[in-house]
Amino acid sequence: MTADRFVVEVKEFMRSREQMIFIFFFPMIFLALFGAIFNTDDLYGTGVSFGQYFLAGMIASGMLNTGFQSLAISISIDRSEDVLKRIHATPLPPTAYFFGKILQVLAVSVVQIALLIVMGVLLFDVTLPPDAWHWFTFAWVFILGLACSTAWGIATSSLLRNGKAASAILTPVVLVLQFTSGVFFVFTELPTWLQRFAEIFPLKWLAQGMRAVFLPEQFEAAEAAGSWQLPLIAVMLTVWLVAGLVISARTFRWLRLDDR
Amino acid sequence: MTDAVVQVRGLVKSYGGARAVDDLDLTIERGEVFALLGPNGAGKSTTVEILEGFRTRDGGEVSVLGIDPIMATRSWRERVGLMLQSTSPRSFLTAREALTHATALYSHPRDVDETLAAVGLTDKADEKPQELSGGQRRRLDVALAVIGRPELIFLDEPTTGFDPEARRQFWRLIESLTDDGTTVVLTTHYLDEADHLADRIGILARGRLVALDTPAGLRSLATGARVSWSEDGVTRTETTTGPSALLRDLLARHDGEVPGLEVVHPSLEDVYLDLIGQTADAGAES
Repeated sequence: MTADRFVVEVKEFMRSREQMIFIFFFPMIFLALFGAIFNTDDLYGTGVSFGQYFLAGMIASGMLNTGFQSLAISISIDRSEDVLKRIHATPLPPTAYFFGKILQVLAVSVVQIALLIVMGVLLFDVTLPPDAWHWFTFAWVFILGLACSTAWGIATSSLLRNGKAASAILTPVVLVLQFTSGVFFVFTELPTWLQRFAEIFPLKWLAQGMRAVFLPEQFEAAEAAGSWQLPLIAVMLTVWLVAGLVISARTFRWLRLDDR
Repeated sequence: MTDAVVQVRGLVKSYGGARAVDDLDLTIERGEVFALLGPNGAGKSTTVEILEGFRTRDGGEVSVLGIDPIMATRSWRERVGLMLQSTSPRSFLTAREALTHATALYSHPRDVDETLAAVGLTDKADEKPQELSGGQRRRLDVALAVIGRPELIFLDEPTTGFDPEARRQFWRLIESLTDDGTTVVLTTHYLDEADHLADRIGILARGRLVALDTPAGLRSLATGARVSWSEDGVTRTETTTGPSALLRDLLARHDGEVPGLEVVHPSLEDVYLDLIGQTADAGAES
């Protein structure tokens, strides 16, 4: 049943113009656009171009779009329109529903990141991670980050009362995080108070983790802390993941709030 | 009691102090088509949503297929088919895809193409809900309700907004799908729909059951007849429990034809209006 739900979820995602443009292709459009606008090719004398820096940020940001933004909007619309009520009326096990969603997010994210990396290699001379250690870092940052993003997508869908307003409420939230977390701008160029603000949220840590994977060693010293801070990234993402799971489990409902 | 599919005792549900369902008792037997009939706001949908396991209740005992629906399990869901009051929303899946995916959830589902044919959507099988008319969308809802071969089907105001011809077609569809012993619980505010489809009708007004009988039984509640005739150019009407005596008297006073003679027995509609009218007069303003 999970496999069948996964097929339904992927069909629905791919047939939705909004999801395909604003969730799937958005990071690619921005990668091409911002990479072309900000053509700094030597950040802090490290030989790293803004395009390379931006690739790591767009991968992180894409994970935020695909898990958090996409799920929060689509699930709250499904709740508003009684789609969840209809699913709940069938013998579908709730686990199959959630695993269907999780697998869909995973599949979309893998394809999205693969395309972003190909663009990075072709447009910005990004070199792929050189060794197994870097790929290992990529794997855990990716899994932890996407889990965190997915859990918060489900949690937020329950906090939004009106499916129609979901997109309007979430888009600025995501934009603020993108502007302050080292996605659209180099993190160390932000005012200190904005850096402190962004450090509360997971996107900053996710982007930093991706930089640890995709930027050369010599850039590490140019990070805000002078280090990739991998252990702290793991801690921050785990804390956010646990919080997201707890809120999801406590607030998820199949019916509209006014329908009980 | 022996083979009750639905048993309700003393059901109470309030919304902000106002009682939507007020001490309702109900037993629905296996294989019957039961209609809950009542005006808007009578508590029909609240009752049905409690039976469907969606709504909590404030009091009373409810058993549907042997369990309390608020504790609905997967195997219980497999035995119950639902047609919600709201029409299926826009979707990225076609009618055929929605039905095909639904078959994966049940152990003995109906055949998708046969079900599409039964609801008359064969030609529209590859359309999405938003490309269908309102009536076609409702037929898709029926198809989704019966795809799992449920023992019990809830139809919550299935034909609201239909024109009379579409309603008749819809009734034929429901009859064709439910002649195999399936129990059907129907809510409607159309008297003719309950009369046409149901084996028994429960009339709800202000959260209370004001009548519970077969359509014929409800008709027999109608006592008396209205006799009207013309006398000296004026139409006269009398309501009487003994129309024959009145007619004998009229015939004695007239030679040959009694002009404008009409004897009308109250219709089921008169009974219905009388029943919900009575309670509306007696009940408090809500």
